[in-house]
Amino acid sequence: MIETQPTGGRGAATGQAVIDAAVHNEVPSTRALFPHLPDYWVEHVTNTMFKGPTEYYYPQNSPIAARPGSRPPADDVAAPINARTRAAAAAGPPPASTLGVVRDQVLDAAGVQAAILCSPYPVDSLHNPDAAVAFASAFNDWLIAEWLDKEPRLRASIVVPIQIPDLAVREIERVAGHPGFVQVALPVRTQHPLGSRIYHSVWEAIERHNLVAAVQFGGMPGNPPTPQGWPSYFYEEYVDMAGVFATQLTNIVSEGVFDRFPSLRVVLVEAGLTWLPAHMWRFDKEWKNLRRLIPWVKRPPSEYIREHVRLTIQPLDAPADDPKRLLQVVDHLGSEEMLLYASHFPRVHAADPERTLLRHLPESFARKIRSENARALYGL
Amino acid sequence: MVATLPDRDTRSSRTRPALIDGDFHNELDSIKDLYPFLSRRWQEHIETHGVRGPQGATYPRFMDHREDARPPSGRVSGSEVGHSAKDYLDPYNVAHAMCIPLTPAGRQLNFDLDAALATAVNDWQIAEWLDPEPRLRASIAVSTENPPAAVAEIERVAHDKRFVQVQFGGRPQEPMGRRKYWPIYEAAAKHGLHIMSHAFGSYGNPITGAGWPSFYVEDHVGPAQSAQANVVSLVTEGVFDHFPTLKFISVENGFGWIPSLMWRMDAAWSLLKSEVPHLKRLPSEYVREHVYLTTQPVEEPHKPQQFVELLEQFGDMVDHLIFASDYPHWDSDDPDFALPNIVPEEIKAKIHFENGRKLYGL
Repeated sequence: MIETQPTGGRGAATGQAVIDAAVHNEVPSTRALFPHLPDYWVEHVTNTMFKGPTEYYYPQNSPIAARPGSRPPADDVAAPINARTRAAAAAGPPPASTLGVVRDQVLDAAGVQAAILCSPYPVDSLHNPDAAVAFASAFNDWLIAEWLDKEPRLRASIVVPIQIPDLAVREIERVAGHPGFVQVALPVRTQHPLGSRIYHSVWEAIERHNLVAAVQFGGMPGNPPTPQGWPSYFYEEYVDMAGVFATQLTNIVSEGVFDRFPSLRVVLVEAGLTWLPAHMWRFDKEWKNLRRLIPWVKRPPSEYIREHVRLTIQPLDAPADDPKRLLQVVDHLGSEEMLLYASHFPRVHAADPERTLLRHLPESFARKIRSENARALYGL
Repeated sequence: MVATLPDRDTRSSRTRPALIDGDFHNELDSIKDLYPFLSRRWQEHIETHGVRGPQGATYPRFMDHREDARPPSGRVSGSEVGHSAKDYLDPYNVAHAMCIPLTPAGRQLNFDLDAALATAVNDWQIAEWLDPEPRLRASIAVSTENPPAAVAEIERVAHDKRFVQVQFGGRPQEPMGRRKYWPIYEAAAKHGLHIMSHAFGSYGNPITGAGWPSFYVEDHVGPAQSAQANVVSLVTEGVFDHFPTLKFISVENGFGWIPSLMWRMDAAWSLLKSEVPHLKRLPSEYVREHVYLTTQPVEEPHKPQQFVELLEQFGDMVDHLIFASDYPHWDSDDPDFALPNIVPEEIKAKIHFENGRKLYGL
């Protein structure tokens, strides 16, 4: 059991070294990608109803989509050609859609040494495979030109059309040589579970290039987000997303992805973490009973998960008034190496990680979460 | 647990505390067991066209039922009430067990066949299980995807107070709070029946939020996630505001996930409540009042102390945990070993008996 520490004013706010493992930057407008898109798609976007992957997983005007000040001034960005609805247009440019905003509100905060861009650009929503490839490539080239080459404190995740694994691999091969790319972004909601052999060429490419796989909140594969179909409310999808992360872990371990690709590392981005201990207990129990179905899985699943899987710290679901409970759950994870501090800028979460967790931990453990675990993971 | 049970004769059923079991399976040896309760028309239909659910939506089970529970007649384990009584109810001093029949009823694409099967299953339960064995209570089989038929079946049998709950599968066609199912909840509430969802199955949706997984082990870990989506839906849709006496019982989904789920629901609600303004209270308050969980399969932390800490996280939700054996399935839990020894006796007593007695009014 972790002993509760006396409270104090440590952390990002007081200048401790911080690596921000997840910043969710957006394209300000499909126009911003025009310099990186083939003429065919520029013409198409300009003259047809198709405006690129323009949906947002977080409803754009909802209280969780954008913290105050995270939207750049409208004058700073091109007209919002990707704002399909009046409501989206009225909200102004998407949050975190310029380097200036991210510098001001993330990178220049005291102690921040580096940040990892985890863009939720939904090329997985495009059923047209040529469009999916064109927009993924344009987005990655835009990341290089407008973010990575301009700001040495940033690293980024390669956006890939995961719905067509061969093309996802080709996109990884195309840009993996750029030193700013440290991981590949995969949505947690996919058409098939990510451990499926359909995707093994993607895992192979990720491992070969020494990249990290970021399995991120969201995804728009078209199939329902629960085993019982579509829930009525975004609130439900948000809560249920932890279950999608859990089933992806079950599948990735069961399919032997970590046995086939032993140096692979996976980060669950914005998954929450308090669901994981109970899931590992159940999974280990079922593995004891059923391991002959998956004989390549040689050790309890929880060992693979502790070794290969990391989690960003939000949403930090815990009882607001009882730090002891959260410390118990963090203890039940059974590793000090798994958690990564992340601001998840521009998104809004209920808990302040410093107040809810970090200040209650032993300093050596808190330091791992703030920076050392990410430094080791990304070789920073 | 697959392990062989210790010799039951060394334990005296008269000196051990009574048990209430929330998941006891009354099995069909074959669908022919239902023929006495089906019209000639449906018998011929089944003989000629079979039963038909969504194809490609199942994961073959690891094993069938426990071989040590098979009756001397050679029929399927758990398919003879007399043998199940002698093999399980007597030696474990089971005061009451809730029958949960896993049959083709509720899973048919042909709604007329489904309704006929549900009626047959309920009549079979009365004749072959409830009448001969007074310790048993039962779950009403209904066509969950055809609510008008389900309501008619509830109305047909609800006068028999040995039926204590209405049965859903683990993965219905829609999240369980959706309006489609409200007529079933209304009928259940009217008769003081609970709503029970037993793990597994699929009505055609992929069994995860990311498509179809590969292995039965995933199907067998996954019910914890389906159950959570059902709890979230029931709370969010306002089912418990509309039917304030209704209780929901999650069976064979484990229970270790409920503290984290309640925290997550409350934290997300604090940000998103403007989307669901019909909810009058914290989401976790609805869970604490209306949601019950049966134990099997019990989560097994490597360190027993962590199990105690898990129960501490439950707080008063410990009063909503009901022991379940899952007899006679291959993965059933032995009442003597399901909970770690470190669990205090008074909590064990609640889980083994008192909570079930209160929930089912026994």
